[in-house]
Amino acid sequence: MTDATLTQTGREPRSAGALIGRRLLRWGLYALLCLFALYYLLPLFVMLTTSLKSLEEIRTGSLVALPREVTFDAWGKAWSGACTGIQCEGLRPFFWNSVMMAVPGVLLSTLIGALNGYIFAQWRFRGANLFFAFLLFGCFIPFQVVLLPMARMLGIFGLAGTIPGLIFVHTIYGLGFTTLFFRNYYVTIPHELVRAAKIDGAGFFRIFWSIFLPLSLPIAVVTIIWQFTQIWNDFLFGVSFSSAGSQPITVALNNIVNSTTGVKEYNVDMAAAIIAGLPTLFVYIVAGKYFIRGLTAGSVKG
Amino acid sequence: MAPILDIKHLYKNYGSTEILKDINVTIEKGDFLVLVGPSGCGKSTLLNCIAGLEEITSGSIEIDGRDMTHVSPKDRDIAMVFQSYALYPTMSVAKNITFGMKVRGIPQEEQDRKLSEVAKQLQIEQLLKRRPGQLSGGQRQRVAMGRALVRDPALFLFDEPLSNLDAKLRVEMRSEIKKLHHRLGASMVYVTHDQIEAMTLATKIVVMKGGVIQQIGTPSEIYNHPANTFVADFMGSPPMNLIPARAHSEGNGTKLEIDREGLEPIFLNVPRKDLPGEVVVGVRPEDLAEAGYRSGDTVQRAAIRVDMVEPAGADTFVTTHMGGKMITARLHAETVAHPGEMLDLEFDLEKVTFFEPASGQRI
Repeated sequence: MTDATLTQTGREPRSAGALIGRRLLRWGLYALLCLFALYYLLPLFVMLTTSLKSLEEIRTGSLVALPREVTFDAWGKAWSGACTGIQCEGLRPFFWNSVMMAVPGVLLSTLIGALNGYIFAQWRFRGANLFFAFLLFGCFIPFQVVLLPMARMLGIFGLAGTIPGLIFVHTIYGLGFTTLFFRNYYVTIPHELVRAAKIDGAGFFRIFWSIFLPLSLPIAVVTIIWQFTQIWNDFLFGVSFSSAGSQPITVALNNIVNSTTGVKEYNVDMAAAIIAGLPTLFVYIVAGKYFIRGLTAGSVKG
Repeated sequence: MAPILDIKHLYKNYGSTEILKDINVTIEKGDFLVLVGPSGCGKSTLLNCIAGLEEITSGSIEIDGRDMTHVSPKDRDIAMVFQSYALYPTMSVAKNITFGMKVRGIPQEEQDRKLSEVAKQLQIEQLLKRRPGQLSGGQRQRVAMGRALVRDPALFLFDEPLSNLDAKLRVEMRSEIKKLHHRLGASMVYVTHDQIEAMTLATKIVVMKGGVIQQIGTPSEIYNHPANTFVADFMGSPPMNLIPARAHSEGNGTKLEIDREGLEPIFLNVPRKDLPGEVVVGVRPEDLAEAGYRSGDTVQRAAIRVDMVEPAGADTFVTTHMGGKMITARLHAETVAHPGEMLDLEFDLEKVTFFEPASGQRI
């Protein structure tokens, strides 16, 4: 009892100092976080402002200054007039190439991943762990290693240099992660659900389609965001397995930036880079909302 | 008429571990069979084998006269209620109940008719549009039963359906299941680890331990004539008192001598001649009464030292030590007893059971 009173009174003078210390720590923390935020956001700021300036202003003004006169000329040129090598049609055709590649690639890899995950989580079979380990290995394999064999395979399939070829490659290499996501989500669903459905007379695909897929919104959104970001931002496969007509936007962006003759049009380069990055940002913002909504709607724990 | 369920020499192994050993069970139409035992005794596995959710290693299963040993679950003419209810989370209550009929391609009018019939029966009409997530535990339980009822199967299977409910609701649903069984005259197999559920619901009980059937019988057979000390100990709350004793042949009966620590041994006379020198005497707590309440040839009086008094409302439980074991007596609520003091008890030996000490089997 006396011990307790002693420590309590002993703490009195210390607590004032502790309070100041805590406050200092808190402010130090904020300062550090602001510094990091600035560090991250400054390049974006420079990109945005530069893309809105004229070439004249870029040459004369400061890098971090706001544009004196806002002009969207650079955006227009990046979209439909910039030269990628000998062609001068801007990013537009390549943007659509990327859409044609990313949308089926995302949907296919997500759907197959869901099916794989459903099998691994709910229909255990002999050697399932080994198969799953191989699939996981696919997540971490360096893609440079597979470039040559994959080029050979695409040649055999007659898909070399085409958008379907790119869809194929992205679907295959997305499966590791999509399977992992869905499998980890589906293992939390009680096996009794499958058993009940079996007794109700439903088969393998019926159970997947009627019971598991409707439950999957939250994880599907996560997977779609992940896959879309991966496929849209991919450069290595794009540059290796495409031909002139099927290049994705990342490759075109590289060509725009590298093939300028004469004066380097920084404003066009910046605008092109932002255009190339916008869809992933858009998907994240739109789907991110559904992600949170899906999390709460999916809380049907029994 | 063929039995509704006929299991012969069923074995189930996982790798080299035997989960179920030589299971033989038969039930007739309208029977309520309860599989009871401690967790890990194989009762749920047996139910899953009956449902066809688990392959059996050897033996045969017949349902309603047809061999179902290798038939898939959907063609076994069964319906099952699961412990977690296993309702489809994204479907409404109505869709949950009709899912099976939809899969089987039963016409819409028929589905609607059966749905409203079952909903009325279970009083869940006002819940049909809700999702399982919006229901309470008891309501989910009803929906799970509704899903089984619409099938109108030859055999209902229940896998610990009440274990997720709170105590009050459990008693309520228990009597509802019993009523349902009476009304439908349906045949049911019910798994539980709760011996009270087993006693109240069953027409026939199978007590299991370690994948082996210990005893099959009516509730009263199981309760009054347990086949071994495991069944005696498992069924009944508090369990049957199992008192080690020495038997001395005397006249045309046997004198039992029960040791006590620090007190004279207790001597009881039983009119049996066939007992070995060492026995375990099985006496139900309610067959130990205060002096003066029982009469008859089988009642014998002895003074015991009270260890503990537990008033439980309707009864008062008094414990003492005999033969190195804790012994419980179920006495009247108004019994006056104090720990450490002596109390006169009457041993009603009419229903006494004797077990062999080594094997635990009934003599």
